[in-house]
Amino acid sequence: MAYFFQYLIYGLQLGSVYALLALGYTMVYGIVGMINFAHGDFLMIGALGTYFIARAFEGFQVNSAFPMLIVGIIIIVAMVGTGAIATGVEAIAYRPLRNKPRMIALITAVGVSMFLENFPRALPFIGPNPRSFPTLFRGKSLNVFGATITTTQIIMILLAVITMLLLYLVVNRTKIGSQMRAVSMDKDAASLMGININRVISITFFIGGALAAVSGICYASAYPQVDVYMGSWLGNMSFVSAVLGGIGDIRGAMLGGFILGIAQIFATAINSTFGYAVGFIILIVILLVRPAGIMGKLVVEKV
Amino acid sequence: MNVKRVIKTIYPAAIVVLIYVFVTVLRSVGIMNGYYNQILMFAGINIMMTASLNLVNGFTGQFCIGHAGFMSLGAYGAAVITTMVFGNVASPPLQILVFLLGLIMGGIVAMLAGVLIGLPSLKLKGDYLAIVTLAFGEIVRALLRLVKPIGGARGMIGIPGYANLGWILFFMALTLFLFRNLIYSPYGRAFISIRDNEVAADAMGINTTRYKMTAFCIAAFVAGVAGGLYAHVITFIQPDNFSFTKSADFLVYLYAGGSGSLTGSVVGATLLTILPEFLRFLSDWRLVVYAVILVIVMLYRSEGICGGWELPFMKIKRSSLYEEPVFGGKKTEGKGEQP
Repeated sequence: MAYFFQYLIYGLQLGSVYALLALGYTMVYGIVGMINFAHGDFLMIGALGTYFIARAFEGFQVNSAFPMLIVGIIIIVAMVGTGAIATGVEAIAYRPLRNKPRMIALITAVGVSMFLENFPRALPFIGPNPRSFPTLFRGKSLNVFGATITTTQIIMILLAVITMLLLYLVVNRTKIGSQMRAVSMDKDAASLMGININRVISITFFIGGALAAVSGICYASAYPQVDVYMGSWLGNMSFVSAVLGGIGDIRGAMLGGFILGIAQIFATAINSTFGYAVGFIILIVILLVRPAGIMGKLVVEKV
Repeated sequence: MNVKRVIKTIYPAAIVVLIYVFVTVLRSVGIMNGYYNQILMFAGINIMMTASLNLVNGFTGQFCIGHAGFMSLGAYGAAVITTMVFGNVASPPLQILVFLLGLIMGGIVAMLAGVLIGLPSLKLKGDYLAIVTLAFGEIVRALLRLVKPIGGARGMIGIPGYANLGWILFFMALTLFLFRNLIYSPYGRAFISIRDNEVAADAMGINTTRYKMTAFCIAAFVAGVAGGLYAHVITFIQPDNFSFTKSADFLVYLYAGGSGSLTGSVVGATLLTILPEFLRFLSDWRLVVYAVILVIVMLYRSEGICGGWELPFMKIKRSSLYEEPVFGGKKTEGKGEQP
């Protein structure tokens, strides 16, 4: 039973990383209708950026730990920076292709992803070697039902849940949120109603990038190593969780992320290779039963 | 059958033979070394992979992003035959026989996997089909890592290097020839109609599921054969050679070359196989420059380098497909040209 809780906590932790990243996938898909394969690399940029920002703030350390205020500043700077990069990528690479077939945008996204991975790798001060991520939160261990929880884990899971709640409020309760929903329903009609589509899409990419940075910080705090390729497989797994939950649906992305994270941890306990494959197996099974994901609605093509 | 027609049929084959002779001469003179030769072999294999992906993505309008999964099954299927089952065959003619048997086995294994994944998932549309093929590729990779007799995660070593440039050019030319004829056959027309409008194709009485399945299986078979060739070029395969990155490479070749054009597949796969090698002098910046070139091509020529264009011998004139009318008169012109 102790093992069960221990794995459940690890699962929630990994699930919150997936869920935060899947939110970015699902929002971009819902609004622009493209699969942004470079989204996983925003996570890498967030994590790598946090590493360098934390290095810059090293002078503020008290007893070789960061005060909470500084940690907050580091996270916010990383979020804003990653969001800005995501917005820039959209403006340069995706905006000119908006009315082209979707596969074209997808191939461009593959190219952008290659660029984002290999550009930092080629920069002399970053390079291909993995770096150990600084400890942002001083961990204390708690004992619950025989399982060990560190404060880092609690803060990470809480951070993820709070971010998701905030996002849900933004999308459902604010003006920009209702503009986003309008654009995702019908771009042309929204444009006729006076909504600036470019602005809405830029903001969507900004939010997606900022969430990816949070998820990068969560991941790197749990498995404290950052390198330039960490984004690609995490991106794939999050894409799977977004589809699992029903792509385009925010609640679906959260649900899919947590399902996948927990399933993966429990399966890894049996065999590490099986742990990697189990997410994909769950995906195929669920898509056969519900072809549009758990929360997704099947759109029937009308002639 | 007049002489002109015979020449027209033969000259594409003559081009392939010329390439082979040219390369062989250059090698014997010493201008080309084994490294260039290997790049050309990989280009040939990539052309086969891209053309088969083109059949599914470009001509049938489906959305397969896990093509490396079929390649890995073909590679392992062929390697098991040539290394484990008939590993101790010594005489060269028998070796060729074993090699061909291995390639066909590889193709069949990949095709069976295509049936297995295609049957349930071809009911899914667009992006959902894409994600299932991605999942398929990754599951195949995970399963291959788990099977200990074929090396597990460490991979399979000691595969005999049966494949050479001649074999690869032969299979590449055969693939392109068969694909051209397939695309201009009634089957090909059905594929293209599904791509252009699936609902309309269905309404016109085309069994869309059956034709999608056919396209999927043929593509899987060819990808399997290409995988078998790949295994016998590099003589060492491991599951991680066939990750999602590999599938993405083929997608890039296909769409940069121009989807829906066989010429585009040849051009895209050849150029983009050679380009990274050509850029090696940039060392660390190589893949950055490659990515920038790719994005620029997609931004300024979205339909791909050869989008909507075929070399003359890569297409068949519609009018030549129709029989002479029974009641005399002029030959019927092909109506309803494909866009």
